Amino acid sequence: MKTFQMGGVHPPENKISEKAAIEVLPLPQKAFIPLGQNLGAPAKAVVDKGALVKVGQLIASGEAFISANVHSSVSGKVARIDNVLDHSGYRNKAIVIDVEGDEWEESIDRSPAVIRECNLSSEEIIQKIKEMGIVGLGGATFPTHVKLMVPTDKKAEFLIINGVECEPYLTSDHRLMLEKGEELIIGVTILMKALKVEKAFIGIENNKSDALENLKRIAADYKGIEVQPLKVKYPQGGEKQLIKALIGREVPSGKLPLEVGCVVQNIGTAFAVYEAVQKNKPLIERVVTLTGKSVKKPANYLVRIGTPVNNLIETSGGLPEKTGKIISGGPMMGKALVSTEVPVVKGTSGILIMNEKESHRPLMSNCIRCARCIGVCPMGLEPVLLAQLSANERWEDAERERILDCIECGSCHFTCPSGRPLLDYLRVGKNKVGQLIRTRAKKI
Amino acid sequence: MLVSIISLSSIGAASAIILYFIAQKFKVIEDPRIDEVNEMLPGANCGGCGFAGCRNFAEAIVKATDLSDLNCPVGGNAVMTDIANMLGKAAGTKEPQVAVVRCNGSCENAPKKVQYEGAASCAFAHALSSGDSGCPDGCLGLGDCVASCKFDAMYMDPVTCLPVIIEENCVACGACVKACPRNIIELRNVGKKSRRIYVSCMNTEKGGVARKNCSVACIGCFKCEKECAFDAITIKNNLAYIDYEKCKLCRKCAPVCPTNAIHEINFPPRKEKTEKTAKITETV
Repeated sequence: MKTFQMGGVHPPENKISEKAAIEVLPLPQKAFIPLGQNLGAPAKAVVDKGALVKVGQLIASGEAFISANVHSSVSGKVARIDNVLDHSGYRNKAIVIDVEGDEWEESIDRSPAVIRECNLSSEEIIQKIKEMGIVGLGGATFPTHVKLMVPTDKKAEFLIINGVECEPYLTSDHRLMLEKGEELIIGVTILMKALKVEKAFIGIENNKSDALENLKRIAADYKGIEVQPLKVKYPQGGEKQLIKALIGREVPSGKLPLEVGCVVQNIGTAFAVYEAVQKNKPLIERVVTLTGKSVKKPANYLVRIGTPVNNLIETSGGLPEKTGKIISGGPMMGKALVSTEVPVVKGTSGILIMNEKESHRPLMSNCIRCARCIGVCPMGLEPVLLAQLSANERWEDAERERILDCIECGSCHFTCPSGRPLLDYLRVGKNKVGQLIRTRAKKI
Repeated sequence: MLVSIISLSSIGAASAIILYFIAQKFKVIEDPRIDEVNEMLPGANCGGCGFAGCRNFAEAIVKATDLSDLNCPVGGNAVMTDIANMLGKAAGTKEPQVAVVRCNGSCENAPKKVQYEGAASCAFAHALSSGDSGCPDGCLGLGDCVASCKFDAMYMDPVTCLPVIIEENCVACGACVKACPRNIIELRNVGKKSRRIYVSCMNTEKGGVARKNCSVACIGCFKCEKECAFDAITIKNNLAYIDYEKCKLCRKCAPVCPTNAIHEINFPPRKEKTEKTAKITETV
């Protein structure tokens, strides 16, 4: 069975919620919809305080090149446009809506019927995806329409769909593949049409055999879609690792997957594209896993964007006693939340609740030069060296050692026997080196 | 034996002559005053003057015609006047300065809500989280400033978790100002009898939000600005700032602050209203 070769780790899978079917979460009383939900520039608000909005109405438009529209996920009145605590721990601009009823825009098709035919051209599909504010739902939230616009000097050969879900605990993509298989395969065909490619691969790790069988069965009716089982290994869901595992091509350092003729999209994104193109529905809700060993009812919820995390926790039986940490995302790449009032955004794939015992980091001690971090780095970097360069503020050297290739998977930190926070150092280093390069570009 | 002695000494003589001429040709003529000035400087190599070490600064002093922009924060005006007299130039005077910590978010005033467990450095904590108390502009308490101080003029107070500046040792070199990722530390004039008044807060959030995280946060209420008769206080982004050049140390602003965010240092204790004065005011 295929997998990527370089590095990788095997964290305990802990997919507690994989048997829980997707449930619709009740509407919140107040929705907090952040303006910056995508990688790149935040959107600009186009509604004022006091405005009445419907579900699916455009409330902020992404004007910059790398930016995405934001739509209202609820109906009601705009209470204020204010700085609201988000998952970064800082306050950022968000639109706060007092929910009244559940009135949808008429243009949205809410019937459960599956629409298979799509007669739009490639450009029309991309335009539609842009209008509907679709971003990559794997977690990086890169605007999907930008990814689909292939520069004239490059050619896309394959579409690669990421159904790996290699993060421990998370099961939202797994449930989506089981319950919405037909829809998301249609989404894949639409993406193929937009990219003008003939072949698409769907990579799924073999710990999700039911989803694998389901998609294989459905994909047999569609031309050019191949579902590939993959050996379980973290971080297989990284673009570059997935390309290597599926078609054996290696993306050069500092380049995009398009360099080797691939475009990678997440399973969740494919489903969102189906809804946007066939049903006219903007990205206003997503599947979020709420899980943790101490949670009373681990579940997968269909959540409106802007719902406070608190609502999910309450629906699953309240915050367990002795909770040590609440993480947005998975345990490997997720970020600890500072408050349960933080809203669910487009990039929230799961909420993980850890008890006090699990949540503390091991005590940090000195590096023993065991080189395990180098062995597990899926990008072939030397995390120990990069961490030292970052701690000593030697940014130019860090740049030369390819710090920007780091995909922040956390394998180095996970494997370090001395409990050194290598990923922390690398994240800060990446940030600083990025700034350095930008200021250099400005000077020239 | 004899041949080897003669050949070796002739090689030696020839090399000596060549080296002599080369030395003459590439002679570097250095102003001897640079060494003298260097001797007079304190030799702390702290970089507080803006140059890379004392010798670099000495070169700049000798080269400069006007010394008013050059100042050694360690030696202060005394050293600068001595150097100026020696060189026959006019020395500029600069108010002596001292570092102040503009945050009072101690463990008590700004209770911890979360716990940061990453690399023990403010620079990293700032980049990765908003801080344990939730204040995005407050002191992180990991002591990057203390580590940067070369004069033993700072320590972390274990009770308040805030850095404390030992005024006698502080030379205002500005190393801590650069080390703090949140720009909390500022160099301010020492002031008359080393008395100072400053706003001990850097939070730019709205008043209510700031108060939620810290009981002594500046809420930008404009009370101090209205009270000041010398236009020394300005409020920008929900935060008051006292200009130390304009401040006359009248102490009127501190009592009106509803959150006690304005700090007075080295002032005598305020006189309580005695019975006598109270009576007078009553009769009036």
